[in-house]
Amino acid sequence: MTTEAPATLAEKLWETHVVHRADGEPDLLYIDLHLTHEATSPQAFDGLRLTGRAVRRPELTLALEDHNVPTDSTVIEDPVSRLQIDTLRRNCETHGIELYQLGHRRQGIVHVVGPQLGLVQPGMAVVCGDSHTSTHGAFGALAFGIGTSDVEHVLATQCLAISRPRTMAVEFTGELPPGTGAKDLILALIAEIGANGGQGYVIEYRGAAVRALSMEARMTLCNMSIEAGARAGLVAPDETTFAYLKGRPHAPQGADWDAAVAHWRTLRTDDGAAFDRTVELDVSGLSPLVTWGTNPSQAVPLSGRVPAPASFTDPAERVAAERALQYMDLTPGTPLREVPIDVVFLGSCTNGRIEDLRVAAEVLRGRRVAGTTRLLVVPGSVQVREQAEQEGLDRVFLDAGAEWRLPGCSMCLGMNTDRLTGPQRSASTSNRNYEGRQGATARTHLVSPVVAAATAVAGRLSAPADLG
Amino acid sequence: MEPLITHTGQAVALRRDDIDTDQIVPAEYCKRVVKSGYADALFARWRQEPDFVLNRPAHAGATVLLAGRNFGIGSSREHAVWALKDGGFVAVVASGFGDIFRRNAMNNGLIPVDQPVEVVQELMAEAERDPSFTLTVDLQQLRLVVGGRSWPFEAEQRARELLLQGLDTIELTMRRGELIEAYERRRPSWLPTVPVGSGSEHATGGAR
Repeated sequence: MTTEAPATLAEKLWETHVVHRADGEPDLLYIDLHLTHEATSPQAFDGLRLTGRAVRRPELTLALEDHNVPTDSTVIEDPVSRLQIDTLRRNCETHGIELYQLGHRRQGIVHVVGPQLGLVQPGMAVVCGDSHTSTHGAFGALAFGIGTSDVEHVLATQCLAISRPRTMAVEFTGELPPGTGAKDLILALIAEIGANGGQGYVIEYRGAAVRALSMEARMTLCNMSIEAGARAGLVAPDETTFAYLKGRPHAPQGADWDAAVAHWRTLRTDDGAAFDRTVELDVSGLSPLVTWGTNPSQAVPLSGRVPAPASFTDPAERVAAERALQYMDLTPGTPLREVPIDVVFLGSCTNGRIEDLRVAAEVLRGRRVAGTTRLLVVPGSVQVREQAEQEGLDRVFLDAGAEWRLPGCSMCLGMNTDRLTGPQRSASTSNRNYEGRQGATARTHLVSPVVAAATAVAGRLSAPADLG
Repeated sequence: MEPLITHTGQAVALRRDDIDTDQIVPAEYCKRVVKSGYADALFARWRQEPDFVLNRPAHAGATVLLAGRNFGIGSSREHAVWALKDGGFVAVVASGFGDIFRRNAMNNGLIPVDQPVEVVQELMAEAERDPSFTLTVDLQQLRLVVGGRSWPFEAEQRARELLLQGLDTIELTMRRGELIEAYERRRPSWLPTVPVGSGSEHATGGAR
């Protein structure tokens, strides 16, 4: 390796997965782990059936039920949803694919369960028919979302023919102030570079602020790379990564562990390697962020006000702001802290892990959810739920008047039965505030877990410090 | 897939930036297990507004969608591409596309034509003046053609060839079987596998 030109981490990950390369063709890339779920796989399995193809490596695919499951029961009432779930079960049965279905002790959101089991390791190439597959880049894995045609391609060949993306370095300088976290970090970046700022790139997150993050926080950060438009997000593996992985059910053991760690230590961007683009962001002045519009780049500090469309110099941004404010039913100049919230959603592949529940529970301990507000707490997996119950967090949530629910994607995406109704307004720890995302006419404000918890208590957008 | 070489059709302007795939197909339509029949899902929420541009009879036959900046961002749902195709569209002309959408589109023979904002604006103005405004997307020459004017566009070379010849991309990869096997022999032994039953010692048996 020492004689080779300096390379970025993304380039190293890419190169080690190239099965075949030829001029005028995209690289043929090997996929180490394919995660799948009920919502984007049925048509892929249909394709296999129609062409008479088999699944090449069934033991490299794991299926979960997450998008279209209820979180108040393990019985699916809706016949359309039931058919989708049954279809996944039948397909997994036919092709010999491991499935953790509703009610299984390992069930949960794909992007929460995979890492928990130690299935996602540094240096791997991971795909899933879900855009938030970028989550797994937190381990120094090349992980990206794919459509259903590509799901079929991976099932049949364990490969994808794909062109190499460009590389972007995001250097977070300074130290994160208390009260802020990974969610604020990524919202700040998206506000800075825009919802298309990362298009065509794999982002590597760098800097002391990233090194200081836990694995779960790194997952939150990488998770929303797609909201910056990026194909994938990455954090180079380090001692934090190795400590997280050690002892997990699918992590290497014994001599394998030592060999793996020795390899993982080489997975870093070489000194002198060039990125196609570099963005620097000083995080030392960061405060909790909240979105006011209908795309994740439309975010401001919670201490701020709803912006006036006229304040945008770019005419397209001005038009987008006007439309967003109309949809969100917000008046320019209104302090964000005065915006009342009907429903708070704590969960999702962005913020549904144990650390998210812990920090939210700390805010809620000894307090009550406002009478005008509903708080749903949806753990990202059964394992997260059980861990929380062992720590007594469920009691904290229930005593505060929150709903303690079963794992799933829940209210993140308006697909299963957990949805906002009518013009309800939410503060949500999920990842998308698009029009209609959480319900046909619903309004979403994206926030961090601590802001979600404080908002539930105050009944309007708030940070823990506001609760007195 | 049928070969796709060039397409000439009526254009319609949808003047919005950052159109995400949740707008193209709301999640509730993604419960379906089929790959076609999504015409009713296309822009389902926006179509409830009577004046929405795609509701206007004059644009009923449109096959080329002109959209703003950054089209098809967000969710990886390929349903968005299926719905556009079921809605009669063969190409989308926009300034920038979501990476996953762009790939899904090429995989399904929906051509993403990336153009500078000024070009899209010009075309939109013409489509709004004259609903019968027609343009040609030439995948062979990689040009967008309107009357005597034309603009180049880019497409991934391999994906373009597959569309031009109507070839199956999975078949092409399967022809590399020996290379894939050789790669598999080189993979480190510690890499994880999830065979059926690997999580069974943890199963509660309560699954329905």
